[in-house]
Amino acid sequence: MARVELSSKKLHSEFIKKVAEISGQNIYQCYQCGKCSAGCPMCFAMDILPNQIIRLAQLGLEDEIASSKTIWLCASCLTCDARCPKGVDLSRIMEAMRLLTLRKNKNHIEPSKMNRETLAELPAIALVSSFRKLTS
Amino acid sequence: MQNIETTHTQRALVIGGGIAGIQAALDIADAGYQVVLVERTPSIGGHMIQYAEVFPTLDCPQCIMTPKMVEVSQHPNIKLLTYAEVKNVSGKAGHFKVEILQKSRRVDHTKCTGCGACWQKCPGKANSEYNAGVSERTAIYIPFPQAVPAKPVIDTEHCRYIRYQEFVANKTQGKKPPECRICEKICPVNAIDWEQQDKIIMETVGAIVVATGFDLMPSNQIPGYGTDPDVVNGIQLERLLSPGGPTAGVVKRPSDGKIPREVVFISCCGSRDPENGVPYCSRVCCMYLAKEAVLYKNAVPDGQAYVFYIDTRTTGKGYEEFLQRGISEGTLYLRGKVSRVYRDGDKLRVIGVDTLSGKKVEISCDMVVLAMAIMPSSGNGKLFSLLGIKIDVDGFVTESHHKFNPLETSIEGIYVAGVAQGPKDIPDSVAQGSGAAGKVLALFAREKAKHKQPVEV
Amino acid sequence: MILSYFPGCTIKTRARNFEDSAIAVMRELGVNLEELPRWNCCGTVYSLAEDDLVHHVASVRNLMHIRKQGHQKVVTLCAFCYNSLHRANEIMRDNPDKRFAINSFMDEEDPYEGQISVSHLLQVLRDDIGLDKISAKVIKPLDGLKIASYYGCTLLRPKSAAIDNPENPIILQSLVKALGGTPIEFPFAIECCGSFQVVDNRDFVNERAYEIINSAMKNGAEVLLVSCPLCEFNLRQAQVKLKQKYTDFKGLPILYFTQIMALSFGLDIKVNDFELNSTETQEWLKKNKLVA
Repeated sequence: MARVELSSKKLHSEFIKKVAEISGQNIYQCYQCGKCSAGCPMCFAMDILPNQIIRLAQLGLEDEIASSKTIWLCASCLTCDARCPKGVDLSRIMEAMRLLTLRKNKNHIEPSKMNRETLAELPAIALVSSFRKLTS
Repeated sequence: MQNIETTHTQRALVIGGGIAGIQAALDIADAGYQVVLVERTPSIGGHMIQYAEVFPTLDCPQCIMTPKMVEVSQHPNIKLLTYAEVKNVSGKAGHFKVEILQKSRRVDHTKCTGCGACWQKCPGKANSEYNAGVSERTAIYIPFPQAVPAKPVIDTEHCRYIRYQEFVANKTQGKKPPECRICEKICPVNAIDWEQQDKIIMETVGAIVVATGFDLMPSNQIPGYGTDPDVVNGIQLERLLSPGGPTAGVVKRPSDGKIPREVVFISCCGSRDPENGVPYCSRVCCMYLAKEAVLYKNAVPDGQAYVFYIDTRTTGKGYEEFLQRGISEGTLYLRGKVSRVYRDGDKLRVIGVDTLSGKKVEISCDMVVLAMAIMPSSGNGKLFSLLGIKIDVDGFVTESHHKFNPLETSIEGIYVAGVAQGPKDIPDSVAQGSGAAGKVLALFAREKAKHKQPVEV
Repeated sequence: MILSYFPGCTIKTRARNFEDSAIAVMRELGVNLEELPRWNCCGTVYSLAEDDLVHHVASVRNLMHIRKQGHQKVVTLCAFCYNSLHRANEIMRDNPDKRFAINSFMDEEDPYEGQISVSHLLQVLRDDIGLDKISAKVIKPLDGLKIASYYGCTLLRPKSAAIDNPENPIILQSLVKALGGTPIEFPFAIECCGSFQVVDNRDFVNERAYEIINSAMKNGAEVLLVSCPLCEFNLRQAQVKLKQKYTDFKGLPILYFTQIMALSFGLDIKVNDFELNSTETQEWLKKNKLVA
C-alpha cells in the first residue's frame, strides 16, 4: 500500500502509547539512520527493516507492524541497542511490540504442536527462551 | 590628559595562525595597529593549508592562502611568533599582560636562509603532522613547502643527536644512539644552535582574538569502524589527493599503495552521536565528503565512490549545486549509517543500510574514509581556562550573545573567530576573522574617543 | 578458594561437558566451585519490558539465596545465566521503585538490594586467578593450534553487562595464548548466532552459522571455542545441513573453552565428556592427537 492517511489520532493511538510505555523508549529520538538495520543479524530474513519498524511506529501505522515478520524474527541480540547513536533501545521496542500481541493470549509459536523429536533435540535454554519470547 | 598608551594599549594579540587568525591579524594590521600573531606549530596555515582543493570552487588552498601568509610575515605591523604558545594572561581589556613561550627551535632563524640542505639529509624520522600521519617527515623540518616561516625547527623528541645528548647526560644503560649532527655539518651558514633555549616574551596588548581552530576526533573513538590502515579520515585523504602531497596526488591506499577502485565515505562519525561521540553536527563534512568523492573520481576515473549519509547539509553558496553535480557524475549516495567495517583479505567489508530502498547493503571496498567529528583543538581547554573565557558544554568558546554578539567572549576585550567558536566552513571563518578585527578596532576607537574628551574641572 | 557456582538447566543436561571440564579445571587452579544448593532456573532470558517484573523473580530468588548462603559473589558458566542474573542484579541495585516492588512481592525477611556480584567464569579466570597462573598449569601446550574464539551476544551486551570490550573483546584470545595456542581473529566473533530462533526458524540460524563458521575458517581457524551452550548447539547442529547445502563447506570442530583448558592441563579425559560434542569434533580430536 503506497498511500497512507496520517492523523494525530493515529500517531498517538493506544498501540503507540503502549509501545512507548512498555519499552520505556522515546520512539521520536530515532532519526532513522539505519545503523540498527545495518548491524542486525536476522535482517536478511526480515520483510521490513528494523529501522522501518520504528518508522512505522513514528507514523502510527500499527497494522503494518503487526502483520510484519520482523518483530518475530528478532533474536534479542541487543546489537541495535549497542550501536544506536541516539541511545534508542530498539530491542525493547521490539519486545514491546511482541508483547502487545502475546498479551492478547495469541502465541506466535505453539509448543503443543511441536513434534517430540524436536522437543527432545533442543536444549532447555533454546526451548524456554523461545517460549518466553514468542508465546504468552 | 592621560596618555592613552599607559591606560589602553592599542595593540592586539591573535592566538592561532589558521585562516581566521590570519584574516583577523591582517585586518587589524591594515588599519594601522600592531598585532602579535602567536601560532604553536612551526608554521601558520592551520588546517586549510592541508586540503587538496576547497569546495565548492575547487580552488587550491595552498595557492590562495600563500599570498595571505606571506603578507602576514612581511607586514610591518605584524609580529609573527611561530612555534610559540601563550602561557599566561593577566589584566583586562586595554591592558592585557601576556606571557608567551617561544619554544626553542635549536635553529637560529636570523642566520638560516631556508636552503633545505639540513632536512634533505636528516636521518631522524617522525610522523608528519601536516600529512596527518600518512607519511613521515625528518626531525629537522619545515612542515610543508609553503611554510611561513620557511625555516626549520628541530623536533627534539625525534632528533638523534638530542637523544645522544640525553643518553650521555643521564648515563643510561644500553646501546648508545649515534652522535648524528648531520644538519650542523651540512648547514652552510652555521645556523644550528644546540644551546638555544626556550624564551619568555612578554607582550602588552589591548585586545585578544582567539582563533585556535579544531582537531578531528580520533578515528578509533567510534566503535565498529576498526583501526585498519586503509580506514582514513578526511584530512588524511586530502593529503593523498593533493598534488603536493606524499603520493603526488595519485590516490594510493596506505596499506599497500594500490589505487583503490571502490571507496566508501562514511558521514557523521562521532557527530550527531550522543551515545559514542558528540551531539552536534560538524557542519562541513557533508560538503567535504562530496568534494572528496568528486576529487577521487577525477583522480581515478573508473573508480566508484559511495557516500553513506543521514542528511546532506549543503547550506552555503553553491553548495547544493556542487552536491548534485557530484551525484550526477556517479557518486552513489546511500542513506544510512554503517554498522561495521572490517578487513577481509585484500578488501574492507562495509556493512551498512540504505533506508530509502529498505535494503541492508554490504560493500567490499578498497578504502574507507571517515568524516570524524570536529572537536575544539587539543590544548584549547587549558588556554581558555587561563584566559578565563566561558566555554560551552562541547568545549567551544561561548559567545556573549548567541545571535547578536557571536564574536565577543565572556571577557571584555577578548574576541573569538573561526572554529574555536564552533564548526564552520572557510568563508565563515574568514568573515569571523574580519568581524573580530572589526570588534578590536571598535574597542580601540572607543578608547581613543574617551581619551579625547576634555577632562571636567 | 571457594566460589559460589550457579549451573543453570542446560549445563546440567546438555552441556555436562562444559560443567565437568570447568569444575576440573578450576580445581586444578585451586578453586572449589560450590554449586548453589536448591537453585532454580535463572530466569532464562532477561525480560526487556519495563512493566514486567515477575519474570525477574526467578533470578532474584537465586540472588537472595546466594546471599543467604554467605557469599559475596556467584560465578556462572552459561552465558545466558550470566546475563539474566547480572541484569536482574542491576535492577535490584540501581532501581529503587522496581527493587521495592520485587522485594514486596517476594516478602522475604531481608530485602535484597544487589549486595552480591555476578561473574562469568572468564572474568574469574582473568581477574581473580590471572593468566600467569593458568599458563603455569599447562603441561600439554597447544603447540600453536589455530583457535578462533566465538563470543556470541550475552557476554558482551548490553554495555553494563559486558565482561570485555563489546566491539573488540580479547579475553578468550588471551586465554588461548596463555595455553600455547594461536588466537585467530575473525570478524564474526561477536555476531549473533540466531539464539532461540533455532526453535522456529532453524534455516535462518543455519545461515548465520554458515557465515560465522566460514569467517573463522577463512581466517585460518582449525577449531572454534564457545562459551555459551546455546551457541554451541546452534553452531554444531547447523553443520550437518550446511555440508549438504554447500558442497565446499568443511565445518569446524567446536569445543568449550574449559575443554581446551582441560586438555592443555593434561587432566583426565573423562572430565571433558567429549561424547556430548559432535562426532566430527571427536574425530578431529583423535586425528590431531589431542586425545588418544
